[in-house]
Amino acid sequence: MKTTSITIAAGLIATGPAWAEPLTVYAPDYFASEWGPGPAIEAAFEAQCGCEMEYVTGDVLPRLRLEGARTNADVVIGLNTDTAQPARDTGLFAPHGVDTTDLSLPMAWTDDTFLPFNWSHTAFVYDATRLADPPASFDALRRAPDDLTLVVQDPRSSVSGLALALWIDAIYGDAAEEVWADLADNIVTVTAGWSESYGMFTEGEVDMVLSYTTSPAYHIVAEGDDTKRAAIFPEGHYVMVETAAQLAGTDQPDLAQAFMDFVLTPAFQSIVPEGNWSFPARRAGDLPDGFDALALPDKAIAYSPEEADAKRRAVVAAFEAGMRR
Amino acid sequence: MLLAPLIATLTRAEGWTGLRPSDGSALWFTLWQAAVSAALSVLLAIPVARALARRRFPGRGAVVLVLGAPFILPTIVAVLGLVAVFGRSGLVADLTGWSPPLYGPQGVILAHVFFNMPLAVRLIVQGWATVPGERLRLAASLGFGPGDTFRVLEWPMLRAVVPGVFLVVFLICTTSFAIALALGGGPRATTVELAIYAAFRFDFDLGRAAALAGMQLAIGVVAATATLRLSLPSGFGAGLDRPVRRWDSQGAILRLQDVACIAAACLFLLTPLTMVLAGGATHLPDIEASVWRAALRSLVIAVGAALATAAVAFPMALAVASGRRWVDVVAVLTITASPLVLGIGTYVLLLPVTNPLVWALPVTAAVNVLLALPFAMRALVPALRDLTADYGRLSASLGLTGAAWLRVVALPRLRGPLGYAMGLTAALSAGDLGVIALFARPEDATLPLKLYQLMGAYRMADAQAAGVLLVVIALGLFWAFERAGRDADAG
Repeated sequence: MKTTSITIAAGLIATGPAWAEPLTVYAPDYFASEWGPGPAIEAAFEAQCGCEMEYVTGDVLPRLRLEGARTNADVVIGLNTDTAQPARDTGLFAPHGVDTTDLSLPMAWTDDTFLPFNWSHTAFVYDATRLADPPASFDALRRAPDDLTLVVQDPRSSVSGLALALWIDAIYGDAAEEVWADLADNIVTVTAGWSESYGMFTEGEVDMVLSYTTSPAYHIVAEGDDTKRAAIFPEGHYVMVETAAQLAGTDQPDLAQAFMDFVLTPAFQSIVPEGNWSFPARRAGDLPDGFDALALPDKAIAYSPEEADAKRRAVVAAFEAGMRR
Repeated sequence: MLLAPLIATLTRAEGWTGLRPSDGSALWFTLWQAAVSAALSVLLAIPVARALARRRFPGRGAVVLVLGAPFILPTIVAVLGLVAVFGRSGLVADLTGWSPPLYGPQGVILAHVFFNMPLAVRLIVQGWATVPGERLRLAASLGFGPGDTFRVLEWPMLRAVVPGVFLVVFLICTTSFAIALALGGGPRATTVELAIYAAFRFDFDLGRAAALAGMQLAIGVVAATATLRLSLPSGFGAGLDRPVRRWDSQGAILRLQDVACIAAACLFLLTPLTMVLAGGATHLPDIEASVWRAALRSLVIAVGAALATAAVAFPMALAVASGRRWVDVVAVLTITASPLVLGIGTYVLLLPVTNPLVWALPVTAAVNVLLALPFAMRALVPALRDLTADYGRLSASLGLTGAAWLRVVALPRLRGPLGYAMGLTAALSAGDLGVIALFARPEDATLPLKLYQLMGAYRMADAQAAGVLLVVIALGLFWAFERAGRDADAG
């Protein structure tokens, strides 16, 4: 008797309310961690939709490819433009269906699958108290004396490292390998991820670290320290855009769409600057104070997901060959 | 356990792209740096182990304990610790004005010696402890000098113990990747494990990842069969099982030499550790509640892994001691299993059956057991071998078998090595980032993962504090398990 009523109750729960299951969002670890933007975005969305959402963390793209059509993900967040194309090629995604005409990105956005939610320029960050006279251009960096030290991330294992390889490709084209060979004297070491690099920089081990134009905002806002700055190069800076996308095979298409519609709203976008230490894809009002003080380049360089994917092998090969010389 | 994840990974490969020319140089770099790192670790460990084995001084226990610390540091913490000492703006450069060339193959080797020499010291100290006191007394009464003692007593012991230790360290060094890259200075320092990661991350070339992991296993098979053949039982026979007093090492020069060895080892191993602790300690009060909860989860995983390792390693060590040496080879191979491929494979295996996320913590513990097994075996096998050789006949004549043998003969004599093995497993598990980074729910985050999250959010100081907490937990576990083993010895 008791079991029957439980079964009935379970059946009612499964078919009853509109959002019986939580919305499952795959996100990179940094995003969903309590120090990333994830929790605040989750709270804001749950308050708006009257539903539950949950993050599943890890390496989003390989994970999705392992799971294929069986994936539990309804939405994937955190794929950047340089890794979006292989994700698109899985055929697992549905169009985002959101108007992207009014974005605050430094370039036009026409992709109908991947919806941008934040961006920043790749840049070399330095400490003004240790490096009074940073290189004024990429060319100057390339020709810098050996005592200027850099730490960068590996383009084979890190998205920011890959962005640097694409950046060099965009400026120098066929000479990319030469550029890597020139930089090799200055690059103290290459780390697998961004955290190791940035840790070495804050320990004072290197003069400059490959990071973002928005990195100094963290030090200004959270630490009241304005000595960390991004060196601005007139050749232009490669732009890293992170995106959200919904799965075609989601069992809750309405809820997934509701999340996609939420991404560019002020409730989401206002969390981005101090949650992700990057620029919102659609500005909602003023940016926090520290962001106004940031030095920014006049010229932004961007590849589409298709271009970035087509170039990936060649730019990684240029890195390997140039650094080995 | 080792092949299933590899095969599972292969089944998901989309076509076969084969290996690349760069994989050849990765293999070569992996092999030579591992060989040099292992040789140096063992050679440097022998005098330190000897000094620790023949000296009794106040604080010796503490020295032995903290000497084990580097091995359990998360790589990112250890790398920053080494940089703080040997880096361009590090302590050595500050004090001497000369900055050592940290980045390059020498940096990789330095880091590997930093990580693994303490392990080698511990395992070799255990070997010294197996030389029966009676032999040393006999040697003293025969007027043996240090040279004679070495030739007759210590050399056979080293021949029994050192090849296995070399092998374990060599194999650990072959699976290194984040350290090799961070201190290697660039793509020249690409190891096989990094090539696996790169194949998985952006290329999603599972065929190549599995092929590389297979290559790594093959290195393990060759190295294990070659090395374990060299390792001979010491054949001392039984003693009265008493603590060893050394008569051969009272001379002032020897004493000085031992003190110098221990002091040098402490300086080398503890300075980076101190830099890590000093950097983070002041931020300890800022640690948030969620980090403490993550610490608790890591603690549970660690204790679970330690118990499971004991349960698995004991019968395996028994099998090896009674002549089935292939079991030893299998146990050693678990180190060469690529943790990444283990994680992917397990994920693929669990996926059709259940939601792998629910199993993230048990799987993390299980992978830790696999990775700790070889160390547990290195501690247990020599002890069990001696036990069967020394007490086997007596036990047989008394009809002691099964549970009674376990209780009366085995456990009292094995609690030391067993406690050590469990302590090491617990410490390793607490510090391991492992498969939890591949798949987890945010509420499953372990302490090492929290540390990485803090770093990823620019909070370097908080990350250092989490690093201190991690060191304290790992060392505490190690101490507690070891202590439990040693108390039993005394009783």
